[in-house]
Amino acid sequence: MFPTPDVRGRFGRFGGRYVPETLIPALDELAAAFDEATADEAFQARLDETLRTFVGRPSLLTLAENLTERSGGARIWLKREDLNHTGAHKINNTVGQVLLAKRMGKTRIIAETGAGQHGVATATACARFDLPCVVYMGEEDVRRQSLNVFRMRLLGAEVRPVASGTRTLKDATNEAIRDWVTNVHDTFYVIGSVVGPDPYPRIVRDLQSVIGFETMDQLEERTGRRVPDAVVACVGGGSNAIGIFAPFAYLPEGERPRLIGVEAAGRGLDSGAHAAPVAVGKTGVLHGAFMHLLSDEDGQITPAHSVSAGLDYPGVGPEHSYLFESGRAEYVSVTDREALDAFGLLSRTEGIVPALESSHAIAYATELASTMPRDAELVVNLSGRGDKDVSEVQRLLDEEAA
Amino acid sequence: MTGPARGQARVRAAFDAARRDDRAAFLPYLTGGWPDREAFLRHARTLLRHADLLEVGLPFSDPLGDGPTIQRSSEEALRAGVRTAHVLDQVRELRSETDTPIVIMTYANPIVCYAHGGERGFVRDLAAAGADGAILPDLPPEEAGDLIEASREHDLATVFLAAPTSTEARMRTVTEASRGFVYAVSVTGVTGMRDAASDAVPDLVRRLRATSDLPVVVGFGVGNAATASPVAAVADGVAVGSAVIRRIAEGGDLEALAAEIAGACRR
Repeated sequence: MFPTPDVRGRFGRFGGRYVPETLIPALDELAAAFDEATADEAFQARLDETLRTFVGRPSLLTLAENLTERSGGARIWLKREDLNHTGAHKINNTVGQVLLAKRMGKTRIIAETGAGQHGVATATACARFDLPCVVYMGEEDVRRQSLNVFRMRLLGAEVRPVASGTRTLKDATNEAIRDWVTNVHDTFYVIGSVVGPDPYPRIVRDLQSVIGFETMDQLEERTGRRVPDAVVACVGGGSNAIGIFAPFAYLPEGERPRLIGVEAAGRGLDSGAHAAPVAVGKTGVLHGAFMHLLSDEDGQITPAHSVSAGLDYPGVGPEHSYLFESGRAEYVSVTDREALDAFGLLSRTEGIVPALESSHAIAYATELASTMPRDAELVVNLSGRGDKDVSEVQRLLDEEAA
Repeated sequence: MTGPARGQARVRAAFDAARRDDRAAFLPYLTGGWPDREAFLRHARTLLRHADLLEVGLPFSDPLGDGPTIQRSSEEALRAGVRTAHVLDQVRELRSETDTPIVIMTYANPIVCYAHGGERGFVRDLAAAGADGAILPDLPPEEAGDLIEASREHDLATVFLAAPTSTEARMRTVTEASRGFVYAVSVTGVTGMRDAASDAVPDLVRRLRATSDLPVVVGFGVGNAATASPVAAVADGVAVGSAVIRRIAEGGDLEALAAEIAGACRR
């Protein structure tokens, strides 16, 4: 479907398989099974039907008229992944991977989660397709996101708190990999972003690329153009961004829109408290792949920070590293403050409460739109809804007011 | 080669010596710089009285191949400020006292990100410190091009891992890239003690021997005489990590543990 990765699982010099030897045969098996499923019309029909009747696809493409008016430039379109079942793009990937697990005869699902969105999406798919589900979640995140912990348990999943390291997403990922190494014979690991060893980055990309393909069709229907002038999406691990970028990213130069990934600048790039590995420019190996990451001069991974838990990850998917280095996509960053402002702005102007993750994309897009002509088209991936964030935002605003 | 053996030759000589004594080599593991510099050196000296080869861990923030015991020691070491340069210094100090081979065990990122020249610089500095090779549980041969090339230049051992899930083709890939010895992971899982020796060991060792004539070391889950003896009966070496770290963490008698397992290595 896309020209990357190469046979070694590399996007340019990024990606690969940096995993314990025990997992290599499992990754081979997974890659073969995914390729077979991709070519299998019955499997694709089952996936399409699930996306249509369970997830709620296609998601809408909404023209943000008031925001466009306010920016005074390009027309701003919102790809409404917030309207999916469970409230974010994550479910596109989990239903695909859980269906694949069933096809492979796996009898147990594991996943990692940060804020809980991917955990909820995985638990949901497991409930729907009747597989037992274990979700690893950092102790710190379990404490901060107790509602999502309850949602996962309600959906029948077992949530295992992880007490090692920084007790957040990266440690939950380590623990999920340890579980997989131990139980590889019957267990399928559902990774939540375009990270991890090959073939995960391409599996998650292919499953999320429905976002970009729908955008093409919907934009054509509304404007007569399949390709907009710019596409903006937030980037943590980077699955929603890859999902909307992928169908555009490999178009020839000149036909390709500007693709802009928005990383979390947290309290500012100079503060050290951010989640913007591409902006920093350091590369290394984390969770099985070579990519941009945050680490000190000894190669120890350093903690990320973002007001948005979904962007709070010290790495970025290897395909993003490649799109950046090959000039196919640009990467910028937006601070906590700017994202919070955009959270309020979209709520007031359009009646849509965006996730804090997506608010980063909104913040950059409104600024970019104002520099573009009025006949230009700009698409923002609204990757999730903000209901999960309202109490945290309220707390932050109260703190500021005090 | 003139002068005393070093690098992979020293590693091979240690296995040859053990074989002549009709025993499996004993390869204990210590987390570098843990619990502090002096205690690390003291524990290393204790182990070196019984060991055929010493594995020194360069702590990493995200050790996804390790169970809770070694994870905890790595975290404590990093929290106490242990740096790559410190661990290399400690190796240098031990090398001035012993001819026993020393192999570094760490993960891909600390060497890929090594500030003085990445993988190639790391291997150069490892050799200069007197270490004899490296084991990297998350670096399969396909991703280890630079490490392998630099290790050949400096004649250091490159130790790759084989697992119960490995196909014959994988075993060939792993053994062809390995120098010094090959490391057989006894179980599907992470490091840490198990109650009994894994049933998978004899078959795993047999399949590796059919692939290459490198010494085969078995690790993961071996932690006392009862689990070491059956492994020593079939393998060329027995690697013990978590049990050593736990003994130290509990303030127990490290010398007794080393003597017990070294004894169990006799056939």
